[in-house]
Order: sequence, then C-alpha cells, then structure tokens
Amino acid sequence: MDKKATRESYGEALCKLAEIRPDLVVLDADLAAATKTGIFKKAYPDKHFDCGIAEANMMGVAAGIATTGKLVFASSFAMFAAGRAFEIVRNSIGYPNLNVKIGATHAGISVGEDGASHQCCEDIALMSVIPNMTVINPADHVEATAAVLAMADYKGPTYMRFGRLAVPVFNDPDTYKFEVGKGVTIKDGKDITIIATGLMVAEAIEAGKALAEQGIDARVINIHTIKPIDREIIEKAARETGKIITVEEHSVIGGLGSAVASVVTETFPVPVIKIGVNDVFGHSGPAVALLKEFGLSAENIVAKVKAAL
Amino acid sequence: MDATLRKNLEITAAKVRMGIIEGVYNAKAGHPGGSLSVADTLTYLYMHRMHVDPQNPEMEDRDRLVLSKGHTAPALYSVLAQRGFIPVDELKTLRKQGSRLQGHPSLGKCPGIDMSTGSLGQGVSAACGMALSGKISNESYKVYAILGDGEIEEGQVWESAMFAAHYQLDNLVFVVDNNNLQIDGEISKVMNPYPIDQKFEAFGWHVINIDGHDFDQIEKAFNEAENVANQPTVIIQKTTKGKGVSYMENNVSWHGAAPNEEQYNIAMNELRAHLAELEK
Repeated sequence: MDKKATRESYGEALCKLAEIRPDLVVLDADLAAATKTGIFKKAYPDKHFDCGIAEANMMGVAAGIATTGKLVFASSFAMFAAGRAFEIVRNSIGYPNLNVKIGATHAGISVGEDGASHQCCEDIALMSVIPNMTVINPADHVEATAAVLAMADYKGPTYMRFGRLAVPVFNDPDTYKFEVGKGVTIKDGKDITIIATGLMVAEAIEAGKALAEQGIDARVINIHTIKPIDREIIEKAARETGKIITVEEHSVIGGLGSAVASVVTETFPVPVIKIGVNDVFGHSGPAVALLKEFGLSAENIVAKVKAAL
Repeated sequence: MDATLRKNLEITAAKVRMGIIEGVYNAKAGHPGGSLSVADTLTYLYMHRMHVDPQNPEMEDRDRLVLSKGHTAPALYSVLAQRGFIPVDELKTLRKQGSRLQGHPSLGKCPGIDMSTGSLGQGVSAACGMALSGKISNESYKVYAILGDGEIEEGQVWESAMFAAHYQLDNLVFVVDNNNLQIDGEISKVMNPYPIDQKFEAFGWHVINIDGHDFDQIEKAFNEAENVANQPTVIIQKTTKGKGVSYMENNVSWHGAAPNEEQYNIAMNELRAHLAELEK
C-alpha cells in the first residue's frame, strides 16, 4: 500500500482548491516547508502570506480576511494553531462565526523526534469545545484531499488536523466521497465496534483483519469529523455490537473517545473503551516506535478487543 | 477645517457623550472613561470621514473600523446611533439580556459593527487582515483600528504592527487613544509602554501625534495618513479619560463603573449645558 503524509495531501489539495475558489488566501507562520503550504506558495505566490512566527496575529489576520468574504486557510503546527492561538481562535474566529479554515499539521505523538513540546495531543479537545467550530481529522491522503476540497463550499470555522508521518493510503480515490459529519463504515461486524480517527484508522483496519483471522467479527468505523459527530452511526454500532473501542492519536480526555462515549451514554449505553494518549506527555523518538510505545497500534487494538470480549 | 463642520462635529460629539452616559447608566455597568476619551475621533470618522451607509451596513466597499479597545463599545454604539445605524433610544438597552448592544462589540448582532472585539490585542490583527484583503483584490476601502494605550501592552499588538509594516498596508490606520490610564492606574506605573511613538516608528510605521479632542488636528492627521504610501500610519492621540464629565476626567475609578442616579444627573446636566453652549 502506498504511504503519504496527510500534510502533503493538504499542500497539494490547496492548489486544487484554488482552481475552484480563486479567492483562496493561505497564511502560514514560518512553517510553510513543514506544513506543506509551501507547495501552494510555489504555485500561487500571490495568494500565500507568511505571517512570521506570530500565530496569534495570523489567526486574527485570517479572521479579518474572512470578514471580507474571501476563503482563507491559516496554517501552523497543531500545537501553535490550537494551543498558542487558542483564545484568538475562540474570540476572533469562533465567536464571530467567521469562515476561517485552520490547517493544523504535525498533530499527535507521531511528530516524533521533536518531543513533547511539539506533540500536540490536546488540539481536538481545545477546538471541539469552541461553539461554531467544525473539527475534521482525515485518515489518509484520499480523505485529506477530499476534505480540503469540500471546504470550497462548507461555511464556518473549521479545524483540520493533518499528520507529519507517511501513512497508508487505503481509500480509493475513484469512489471515495467525503461528507462533513458523516462517519464511514469500513468493515461491517457484529461482535464489537472499533471507532478510529486520523492515522489510527489504518491501524484499526489492520486490527479488524487480524481479529477476523481469529474468528472475531469486529466492525470498523472511521470518524473523520469529530464535530459535529455522526451520532447515528455510533448509536447503531452501540445497539448492534454492544461494545465500542475508540482509537485516536490524542488525549483520551476530550477527543474522539469522549465524543463517542457522550453519544453512547445519551442514546444506548454500552461499554466504551478508549485507546489514546493516557493523560501523559510524549517524548522524543522515531514516530512509529512512539506510536507502538503509547499503544497506538493494531496489536494493542487487538489485545484490547480480546480483553473486552 | 471648515468652521461649520467643526461646530457640527462638536455638537454631535456632545450628543455621543450623552448617549454613552445614557447607555452605561441604564446598564448599571460598562466603561465610560475610555468611551468618553475616544468619542471625538469616532465621531469624526463616522460622521465625516468614513465611507459607510447606514442603509447598507455590509456594503462591500465600505470603510471598516475595528474597535480593538472593545470595552469602549458605548462610544461606538452612540456614534452608530448618531449616524443612523441604530435608533438613539436603543442605547438604553446596552448590556441588557437580548440586546443587540452587547457588552463588547459583536459582529452580526448590531449593524455597523465590523468585528467582534473585547479581548484586547485581537482587533488589530483582524484589521490587518481586512487591509491585506483589500490589497489582494485592489479595493478602495480604508481600515481603521482603535487601540487603548493600555492595550498595547499585549504582545499581539506588536505582532500585528510588524505584519502591517511588512506588507506595507497603507490602507490601514491605527489610532492609539492615549488617555494615560488603565484599570490598575497610570500606564507608566502599571507597565510602561512609553515612548509609544518611537516604538511604532521602529516597527516601520508612519507616526502622527495629535490632541485627540481637537477636530482640526484629527482631520489633519487623517488627511496626512491618506497620503502616506507603502506604510501603515498610527495616530497617537493624547486624550482625557472621562472627557466632558467633570468628575470622571482623569479619574481611573471611572474606567469601568456606572454612575448612580445623582451622578447621572450631574453628568447629563454638564453635557446638556455644553451642548446648549455649542448650539447657541
């Protein structure tokens, strides 16, 4: 299977988006080479503006541009976009409900060697709690591309999370359809449901296959939109499989697991077991080894499923 | 400035000040001090300078104003009322539940508001974004941002100052309302931001120092700003916090407090007497 980092998909998709939306403006904060908005900058130098190492101002500038009707993306690492600039995103983008798209790359533990200062595992929680904000966490190249293009006519503040690590491209570009707020059932199953988001979806698929070989029929669902979350697909999974395991490269507090648990408790209470970063900081190391260490792997999903059944 | 125009602006500014007191008194809360200090400049901008249309508040080529010192919303609402965006009587609903006149300006709630503000240091960045957008598509509009002198202690202000100079936003004007007081006291004692003019100069701005209660100087400054190319302009205006109400002038305790009935009557009588003098 081909592998590609969703940040690459993001940079490339922005170029395609500019063909649909000639009014597109892209902002970055001295990280264009890393966030891959540099790809866009090369193609559209007049539509790309570097704000320097000043994320707070960048978010406010994005808000101001949005008031004039243009489509604007503001990019940085998740840590700075959602973390450092949180209050600007809240007060200057979320509160006035402005059409700003935040393209946040280098999310999660898989940032790798940079260590905990840059491994943001809190961004989904921080962004989800802001009223008006949509939160999207694409799983692979195909989904990331489709999600960015969907922003051509999706209005409102939106946080989009992309990764640094190259991950398997499992969606078929010819048939894949992206719809904001709609979960995707990747594999049906009746014994338990694995609900994953972002780069954990590929691991969940692997886990589903491994479990099938051992006679366990696990349903695998991809939730690319954490907010608004697809309540229907979650409630159905709770009713039909009786147990849910969530998997995310994010804190177990305030992310996918919390969102799923909250839907389940309101609709059809069943056990929800959360795999994620367990309220700890990360540390330096190779991305793949770190993911393994923090239990963000197909093997750990299999182990947790078996323990739950 | 033409004498008739100046007289008219002075008359409107007096009415604006009465609206500020009316609003804050009825709300039993709000920020009269900084509202009164910035009232003359806001009056000049909305009544004379800015290309705006109360009948079409979202007109695409309108000039924009971001009240970055959003707590002085009573002044902005009162000016918008004088310009016909909202009824003057509505000023009495300031800060009340269900009112369009939120404690701090809220985009989309009240016609004529170009940006939600209130958290200091943020409005200036939005103003930069509006100005940049105008440059990108070659629009004719101007963007004005009004800052408090305490507000410039926020680091984001200087991020935005760097940005505006870097992108040569000559369609952007900042006004620093230098009334010399912030909540905890004199700005030089709380966290000294002086010399303000030299700081902006060092950031690459065209700097103009004026008396913010003198309409001739205000007009001259905005005319000068209009003719500056490839550089943003900042107008640093010396003002009096609480201007126009004797007991509020230069008194920091009126930063964020409402007058009681007796104080309200004193304030309104003073402003009414001043208005009558002007209308003679």
